[in-house]
Amino acid sequence: MFLLLKYTLLYTVVLMMVALGGMFSERSGIINIALEGIMVIGGLAGVIAIKLMPAGANMLVIVLGSVAVAALAGMIYAALLAFASINLNADQTIGGTALNMLATALAMVIAKGFNGSASAKLDYSNRAFIYDFGELTVSAFLFIGIVILIVSYIMLYKTRIGLRLRSCGEHPQAAASVGIDVYKMRYLGVLISGALGGIGGMAYIVPSVSSWNFEVGVSGAGFLALAVMIFGQWKPFKIFLAAMFFALFKSLANIASSTALASLGWTQNMYNMIPFIASMVILAFTSKKSRAPKAEGVPYDKGSR
Amino acid sequence: MENKKASLRSRLAEHEGFLSVLASLICIVIGLALGLVVLAIINAEHALVDGLWVIISSGLKSPRNMGTVLANAAPLIMTGLSVGFAFKTGLFNIGAAGQYTLGAFGALYCAIVLQWPWYLCLLASMVFGAVWGAIPGIFKAYLNINEVISAIMFNWIGLYMVNDIMYGGGQGAMYDMASTKTYSLRKVAKQAMIPSCGMSDVFGKLQSVTIAIFIAIFFAIVIYILINKTTFGYELKACGFNKHAAQYAGINDKRNIILSMTIAGALAGMGAGLFYLSTVAEWNPQVSTALPAMGFNGISVALLACSNPIGTIFSSLFVSYITVGGTKLSTQYYTKEIADVITAIIIYLCAFSLLFRNKIRGLLAGKGGVNLGKGGNG
Repeated sequence: MFLLLKYTLLYTVVLMMVALGGMFSERSGIINIALEGIMVIGGLAGVIAIKLMPAGANMLVIVLGSVAVAALAGMIYAALLAFASINLNADQTIGGTALNMLATALAMVIAKGFNGSASAKLDYSNRAFIYDFGELTVSAFLFIGIVILIVSYIMLYKTRIGLRLRSCGEHPQAAASVGIDVYKMRYLGVLISGALGGIGGMAYIVPSVSSWNFEVGVSGAGFLALAVMIFGQWKPFKIFLAAMFFALFKSLANIASSTALASLGWTQNMYNMIPFIASMVILAFTSKKSRAPKAEGVPYDKGSR
Repeated sequence: MENKKASLRSRLAEHEGFLSVLASLICIVIGLALGLVVLAIINAEHALVDGLWVIISSGLKSPRNMGTVLANAAPLIMTGLSVGFAFKTGLFNIGAAGQYTLGAFGALYCAIVLQWPWYLCLLASMVFGAVWGAIPGIFKAYLNINEVISAIMFNWIGLYMVNDIMYGGGQGAMYDMASTKTYSLRKVAKQAMIPSCGMSDVFGKLQSVTIAIFIAIFFAIVIYILINKTTFGYELKACGFNKHAAQYAGINDKRNIILSMTIAGALAGMGAGLFYLSTVAEWNPQVSTALPAMGFNGISVALLACSNPIGTIFSSLFVSYITVGGTKLSTQYYTKEIADVITAIIIYLCAFSLLFRNKIRGLLAGKGGVNLGKGGNG
């Protein structure tokens, strides 16, 4: 039971953070399909940051320092998407797909270069990120995630910037007509998604294991987060609930063979499949009243009405 | 004289095909240049001779290498056609990887379990891929769910499902305990291997070089004719340009969306058929963390070819060529993924090839640049 709770919390935080990132980007009008790639780059940067920390460093310094590096790396990588889709009006889905492909290849080249060997596997210590409360183990990212959820909500709905950002995703020309800089707002949306995606990638890799082979990237977690975002209808707290739902099944896949559930005879693959099937079913039922930002995916054209 | 030159220039500036090829070539050159930068960052001393030169020359070095390029290009052409065909009809088929997975299942099941001959196995791979392509099409047509999202979901559903059936807890009928992959067709299902017709003798006795490459080229031509010379192709394209206008003209847009995705799925599924029935490799059902790269590389080659079916043949050969070049890099200095980095950079650049095209047109027409048209599909 504690194991299930532990994994569920772990995945909830990851999926929620990345999905919130996707939400900021899409609410500003940019489809961010590159989340998968951003997670890989963020995770890689975070892991390397941990490895480069001096041996006797303070736990808090390690956590905050490496998370900051992951966020920064994610932002830099997301800036590539922002540049292509905001400045050059490129197709956002294609740009994002290219960045996903680039991320895995780049991560392997960097990881192998860092290792100086033919293996893309990095070993690191994750002790600073894990805390034990009795039998329950939680990671530092749980606290970071809660803070991010609350800040996201306040920022999106209670501040001027949030209102401006949302307006750019619904009707950028109308937003521009009242003096909002659409380019700036969209950049902001994509960069926030880069930061959250980067942290999310690190949260996916670091707390659960102490070595990671970058050959597998983040094995579809970024795409899962996209599904979570849609499932959560682009709203922070709904995204949180959606993330819990997805995380529960992902955890069941991990522990099924070692608990009473084994008697059901379901394989790991079946549990892995369920969130995807569930989100397709939900999408089918909710598509008619979808809350997707109206202008997402459409390059901003000043002259169009 | 002066006049003639100017008219040739303006004619070239109006020629879409010429502009597309030039734009793609620019993407490739910049991509290779940036690749050289990456090589130099990793190991500056060896970047040119042991790095870039190996990547761009190895593919032609021996008949065996050429054979490897061809064997990998054939399935790549099919997935590229799949993505490109969908693009032409206004859909983004990111689901090629999933359709490819199902196609692999269809081909291997019919080959190993049913012991069918190769052409029927190939047909099965098409049918399986087509079904997996049709599903996102149906979701798009009747429920208006973005095909990108549903295709991503069905990619993973397909991968988990296929792996589960193939592995079957280690007892799967196609699963070879000894190699931890599916059974090698060379041992258990010789009748299902695509005939080589002497190809493998030409290319250094490499068994995986078969007539698959000709089948792929044949389909590229068929798709070219279908899109450009038939009423059906015109209807599909019309739906892609403007759904509402097409509806108004009496075209059944729902039917066409589903048909486009079905055809795209069939092409991707067949790509897997060509790959596995040529025995280039066996399927490993224990890898559930990554979708087959062939599907995503299909997106690359389609973009590089601006979705043109004939162009896809050449872009597939190119991508396959530098990928093989990447594997020949000396591991002492570099890793083979450098080739993937170069390809990905090229694709990133392709995302704004429209910009390049307009710049070239502007230069040729004698102006510094022209205003961009409305990007994307609006």
